[in-house]
Amino acid sequence: MDVISKSIQLIFSGDHDLFQIVLLSLRVSFTATFIASCLAIPFGAMLTNYDFTGKRAIMVVASAFMALPPVVVGLLVYLMLSRSGPLGEWGLLYTPSAMIIAQTMLIFPIVLVLTVEALKPIKRDYSHLMNALDVPPMLRLRTMIWDARFAIYTAVLAGFGRALAEVGAVILVGGNINGQTRVMTTTIALESSKGNLELALALGLILILLALIINAAMHGVARIGQRYQVTRQ
Amino acid sequence: MRPFIAALTIAISTASMAMADFITVASTTSTQNSGLYDQILPQFTAQTGIEVRVVAVGTGQAIRIAQNGDADVLLVHHRASEDAFVAEGYAKQRFDVMYNDFIIVGPKTDFAPSSLDELLNHFVKTGDQTFISRGDDSGTHKRERELWAKYAESMPAGDWYREIGSGMGATLNMASAINGFTLTDRGTWLSFGNKGDLGIIWQQDKDLRNPYGVMVVDSDRFPHVKSDLAIQFAQWLISDTGQTAIGDVRVAGKQLFCPNANQQSEQEQTPDDACPAQ
Repeated sequence: MDVISKSIQLIFSGDHDLFQIVLLSLRVSFTATFIASCLAIPFGAMLTNYDFTGKRAIMVVASAFMALPPVVVGLLVYLMLSRSGPLGEWGLLYTPSAMIIAQTMLIFPIVLVLTVEALKPIKRDYSHLMNALDVPPMLRLRTMIWDARFAIYTAVLAGFGRALAEVGAVILVGGNINGQTRVMTTTIALESSKGNLELALALGLILILLALIINAAMHGVARIGQRYQVTRQ
Repeated sequence: MRPFIAALTIAISTASMAMADFITVASTTSTQNSGLYDQILPQFTAQTGIEVRVVAVGTGQAIRIAQNGDADVLLVHHRASEDAFVAEGYAKQRFDVMYNDFIIVGPKTDFAPSSLDELLNHFVKTGDQTFISRGDDSGTHKRERELWAKYAESMPAGDWYREIGSGMGATLNMASAINGFTLTDRGTWLSFGNKGDLGIIWQQDKDLRNPYGVMVVDSDRFPHVKSDLAIQFAQWLISDTGQTAIGDVRVAGKQLFCPNANQQSEQEQTPDDACPAQ
C-alpha cells in the first residue's frame, strides 16, 4: 500500500516540521486534558457527594455538552479572544494558548460526566461507612477519587482522545499558522484541501499510531498499578 | 501519577516561549494552497528578521478577521470588498501586489464553447452538468456569482448547482470525485495534486482576471496593530525585491503569480500562459 509506505517514510525521514507538528499536538492536547481534569475531577467528586438544587440540571447540561461541536466551541473562544471581544486585550488569539483554552472547554464536560459515573458505585459502597466514621469532607472526596482512580483514568483518556482528534476548534482559534499553531489534525485538513490525499492519510495514520502508543502506555501504567494493589491486600 | 504530572508541568512551562517580532497576515486559501507564502516569506524573514504568521481563510472571512482587529495585514482578492475595507476606514490605502487568473475546470467533454457567455448559459439551460460552487463568500465565490449575474440568463439553481461552502481545495477534490465543473484560481489548480480527469475548459478571458491587493490595518482604529512591521511587510511586497520574489514562484515549472505593483512594468510584460495580457 502506497499510503502505508508513505507514512513509514514520513516517520523515519526525521522531518523537522513533522516532529514540531506532532510535538505541538501533544503539548496542546496534554495541557488541555490536564487542566480540564484538574477542574472536572474534584468538581465531579463534589457533585457525587453533595445534593443541592440545580445538581440534576448541571448533570443534564454537562451530558448535553459532551456533544458540543468543536467548531462551536472554537467560535465561542474566537469571539472571546478576538481583539473586538471581551478578552481581546490578552492578545491570545492565534496562539497555542487559545487552542488549549478551546480544547479544555471542549473536554471538560466529558471528563466531568465520566468522573461522576465512575464515582457513583464508590459512593454507594462507602457513604454509610464514611458517615459512621464522620470523615471530614476533603478526606472523603480524596478517598473516593483515589479508589475510583482507574475508572477516572478512562475518563481522562476519553477527554484526551477527543482533544487530540478534533480539528474544528483549533483551526478557528489557532489559525493553522505554519510553525506556530499547526497541529496534526489541521495539517491533515490542509493537505487534503491541497489534493495531497495520500500525504493526508499518511499523517492520519501517524496520528492514530500516536494515540495507540499513548493509550497502550497509560493502560500499562494502570495495569501495573492494579497488580500492585492486589498483592498489597 | 507523579511523573505524569511532572511531564505535564514541563509541557505547560514550555508554552510560554520567547516571542520574536512577528505580524499576523489574514489572507486567502488560494495564496497558501498554491505555495506562494512558503516560497516568499523565508526571503522576507531573512532580510528583516520579522516573522510572518499567515492565517489562510476565504476572502470574506479574512476581511472579517481584519475588521475585528485580529490581523495586521490583509492580502485578499476581491477588489470591491477591498475598496470597501479602505472606504470604511479599516485601512488607509490599498496596493496592487500581483494577479493571476481564474479558470473554469471540468471533465473533458465534446462540448467546446466559443465564449464564456455560451459556456455559462449551457450550464444553466441544460442542467445536465454538475457545477460546484465554493459557496463560502470567498473571493473566488464572489467572482463566480458576478459571472453568473453578468452572463447567465438566470441565476443558477437546481440539483446541478451545488454550493458546498468549502475552500478551493475541497471544492476541487469534489469536482475531481464526481466529474463536476468549477471556477478556480490558476495557482491552486496548478499545485493541486488530485486532478483526476479534470482539465481546463475555459481560460484567458478578460472577465477572469484575478488581482490581489494588500492593505495594512489602520493603527488609528486598532492601537495594538503593529503598523511599523506591517508597513515594512507591505512595502517589501511591492518593492522590486518582493515583486521579483513573487514572479519567481513556480509550481511544476509554471509561474503562479504576475507581480503588478508597478503598473508600467505590467504593460511591458508579454502575454503568456501564466500572465495573460489584461
